[in-house]
Order: sequence, then C-alpha cells, then structure tokens
Amino acid sequence: MNTNGDNSSQITPVIQVSDLKVRYGDKSALNGISFDVHKNEILGIIGPAQSGKTTLLKVINRTLELTSGTTVEGSVKLDGVDISTINDVYGLRRRIGMVLPLPVGLPLSIYDNVAFAPRTGGIRAKSELDEIVERCLQQAALWDEVKDRLDTLGTKLSGGQQQRLTIARALSHQPEILCLDEFSIAVDPVTTMRIEDVLDTLRSEMTILLVTNLVQQAKRLANRTAFILNGDLIEIDTTEVIFSDNPTNQATYDYVNGNFG
Amino acid sequence: MNTDTQAMFTETAISRQKRHIENVMRIFLLVITSMMIIPLLLIIGYLLYKALPVLSLEFLFTNPKDNMRAGGLWAPFLGTIYLVVVSLLVSAPIGVFAAVYLNEYARENWFTRITNLAVVNLAGVPSIVHALFGVGAFVLFAGLGESILAASLTLAIMTLPVIIASTTEALKAVPMSFREACWNLGATRWQTIRRIVLPNSISGILTGVILQVSRAAGETAPIMFTGAVFYKAIAEGDIFAYNITEQCMALSLHLFTISTQVPDVTEGIPYGTAIVLVGTVLLVNAASIVLRVYLRTRKKW
Repeated sequence: MNTNGDNSSQITPVIQVSDLKVRYGDKSALNGISFDVHKNEILGIIGPAQSGKTTLLKVINRTLELTSGTTVEGSVKLDGVDISTINDVYGLRRRIGMVLPLPVGLPLSIYDNVAFAPRTGGIRAKSELDEIVERCLQQAALWDEVKDRLDTLGTKLSGGQQQRLTIARALSHQPEILCLDEFSIAVDPVTTMRIEDVLDTLRSEMTILLVTNLVQQAKRLANRTAFILNGDLIEIDTTEVIFSDNPTNQATYDYVNGNFG
Repeated sequence: MNTDTQAMFTETAISRQKRHIENVMRIFLLVITSMMIIPLLLIIGYLLYKALPVLSLEFLFTNPKDNMRAGGLWAPFLGTIYLVVVSLLVSAPIGVFAAVYLNEYARENWFTRITNLAVVNLAGVPSIVHALFGVGAFVLFAGLGESILAASLTLAIMTLPVIIASTTEALKAVPMSFREACWNLGATRWQTIRRIVLPNSISGILTGVILQVSRAAGETAPIMFTGAVFYKAIAEGDIFAYNITEQCMALSLHLFTISTQVPDVTEGIPYGTAIVLVGTVLLVNAASIVLRVYLRTRKKW
C-alpha cells in the first residue's frame, strides 16, 4: 500500500496520535499526547505502572470502548484514516495484533487457538488453515515444540509457551501492526530472549509497538522509545538519545537509569 | 543454638489456645453439618417405611380410584411432568438468553441496574403472589382459562429470575481474559459467546436450569388457581393423555388434597405420593449432577 519507503522513511506515519486524551469516569489516564509511529519500526513505550501505556494500546485497537465509562478525545489515525470513523471495528482489530501481559491460552486446542481468528474471519478451507497455523507457530518460535501435539489444549502449555501461542494467535490474522503489552511479565528470561529474537525478525514485516516494563528491553529492541509518565508523553526520540547521558528531559534520565519507577 | 531451637518449638500459651480453638471449631462445624443430613435421612426413611405397602409400578401407572381413597398416581404424576416440562421449555430459553444479554451485551447504566434489581426482587416474590399474577395475566387476561398452559406459564414466571441469576453466575465464572483475547482478535461479541463463553459455562447453566425442576414440581400455590385440578381421570399409560389447553392433576396438589381434604384414604397412599414426588425430584437432581460431572471433565482450563 505504501510507496517504496525504507525503514527510516517518515513520509507516511503508520499511526498518528494527536492530542489524545482518555478519561475513566473523572480520572484522567492520558492527558493529551501526540506522536507518530513509522512503518517497520519497533517503538518502545516505557514508563511506570499506571502511566497510561495499556490504555494507549486499547485506544489504538478500539477495545477501550468495550469498557463503560471511558471518554476519548483527540484522534488516532491509521494510514491517515481516523480510526473513530471506521465502521468495521472488527476489521480494524484484525489489522492490529495484540499481546497482553498475562498469556491467555483460549480453552481450545493449540490448533484452534491459532485458527480462531482466521475462522471467525470466514476462512474455512482446511489446507489454508493448516498453512496459517504452521506459519504463525513458526514465526512465534513455538512450532518445533508443539507440532506433534496440535490437538492438546492451549491452556495446558507452560506460561512461556502460552505467551508464544498468544503471539502466534496475534499473527494469525496477518496484522500490519503488532502491539505487545509487557509480554515478558509472566515469562522466564530464556523465553523472553527467544521472543525478542522473534520480534527482531518480525520488524521487517510489520510495525511493532512494544510497551515494556523492562527499560533494557526497549534499549535492546526499539528503534525509537517513548517515555510516558502519569498520562503525559515526556519524551520520544531515537533509542540512542533516550538511553544516552543527556536526553532532553531529566525525568527520562532518572527513569531509564533506575532512579525511580 | 540447640536450646534456642528447642525454645522455638516449645508450645506457648498463645499457640496452645489457638490449637484448642481450632479443634473446638472443627468439631462444632462437623456437628452442624451432620445435623443437616440426619433430618433428611429420617424424613426419607420414614416415608419409605410408611409407603412400602402401596409402592409398586402399578401404583405409578393407575389413576386414583374410589374418590381418591385408593388406586394409584398416574394422572397427577403425568400432570406434574407436563407442568414441569412446559414451564421449563418457556423459562429456560428466555432465562438463559436474557442472562447472556445482561451479562455479555448490556452496558452498565440505569436500565441494566433496574433490570438486575427487578430480577433479584422477582426471585424473592412469594409463590402465592405469582399464583395471583398467573390468574390475572394468563387465566383471565390472556384468556387461556385454567389450563396446563396457564399453570406452566405461571411456574415459568416463578422460575425465570432464578434461572437468570444462576446463568449469570455461570457466565461470570468464565474469565474476562478469554473474552478480551477474542475481542482483540477481531471476534464479535456473539462469536466470542458462541465459541468460548457458552461452551465453557454450559455445565453451570444446565445445573441451574435443572435445579428449577424441583421447584416447579414441588410448588402448589402457583398451580392451584391456574390449572391444577382436584380430580381428573385420564387414559392410563398414555403419555399424551393430557391436552395443554385443559386442566390436569399434579402430585403436589394431590398430596395436599388426599392428606387434608379426603377422609378415609388408604394409609400408605399419601406417603407413596410423597415418595414419588421426592423421588422424581431427586432423580432429576442426580441426573443434573451426572451431567455436570461429565461436562466438567471437558472443562478446559
């Protein structure tokens, strides 16, 4: 869809967030933040708990509106289209893969877990589903461990395997954007490193929003990093600058270096 | 070191007292629990003992005879089955779908809150009030007359709120994270409900519905004025002997009349009627337990 933009292209931002404000009842979660996400980059989003990182992801795939009592102002544009004007919200969600902090194996077989989204999207042909399941499980580095027992329950896998299953499922509807919300919180360090390798590979195919509680993870993976604190975007810049000795904002320096948070 | 360790494990006054209270409470709770079982066993044992002379298959399959002083239970037994089946055919689908709406679709607003409040209050309405409502709404206003249909609808109104409540509980037991995962995959609410929520709550839903069988079978007040009749002879052994636009006999009302209204009833018959009523309900409950165990083995998390 895009013109021949390379990785550093800034011609058409995939996501444009402008003056986004979110409130839960009368409690403000995001107080007007603006930034762009470029094609095929990994954007790291760091910040302490309760600073609005998860809320931001929920706005992007419009699952926030499933929670009652929330108000959203400002706009989020996906490929230049304001997402609040999109009628086919399910189609929008399919363009965005979402991985939540705690792995969720749906109470279905491993195969059915990955085939869930293609099936609800109308794909019925067994051969096509087989292909998707194998491709996604391979992309999520889980195929070799489960290829002989695809009919066992997804809920019976270990935590780390379930999180990779969740990633495989998020890839099953071929999203253009992959959002990960603190995916490593319930995963052992070895699995975390394997998933990080997966993300590093995926960056050539899609744009990745990586919300992380581990600042070092952002440092390892992200092209650019955003620092969010109490609903404000404190700073967004290349990862080198954010993690250097002189980012623009003192709070960024303090957080990145573990002085608070 | 050694003496320190010993001191660490020597019983102090506080830990002795804690242990003492623990034992007392355990025995107290055990006694209370046993007190629940004893009356049940006594009731069923006494009924069985008294009913034994009349109990037989023939007792179940013949009509009451001789002004209900002798004979069997066929007409009231079949009547109760009709009432229970028709009322659940009405209340189970409505109750389950209403609960799915309230739990899965309805937004948190004043309308939902009022509906939930109404459901809770409806569950607490005494059955005689349901009976009078049934007379007004179904027998008179809807023009159904005193009939199996009117009585069943009255029972359905009575069981509906409890079915809604138990279904809601079963739906709430399915973790929210499953739903969120499905929504994130672009599934609609209905796709989520059909593929994930219902398959994993069906055992709880069915249990709630089946438990209402015992209420529908046991209640006398709601059917007394709406469709149950003092005496009616029907074809013996024909399960289609009743027409739902006509009146029927029912075990609960039959037990009441032969115990209090009819003189000189053969001694075993009221006890036999009670045993059949209790037995039918226990049988259905047992079936629900078997079903629940079977469905739970398929539960997947």
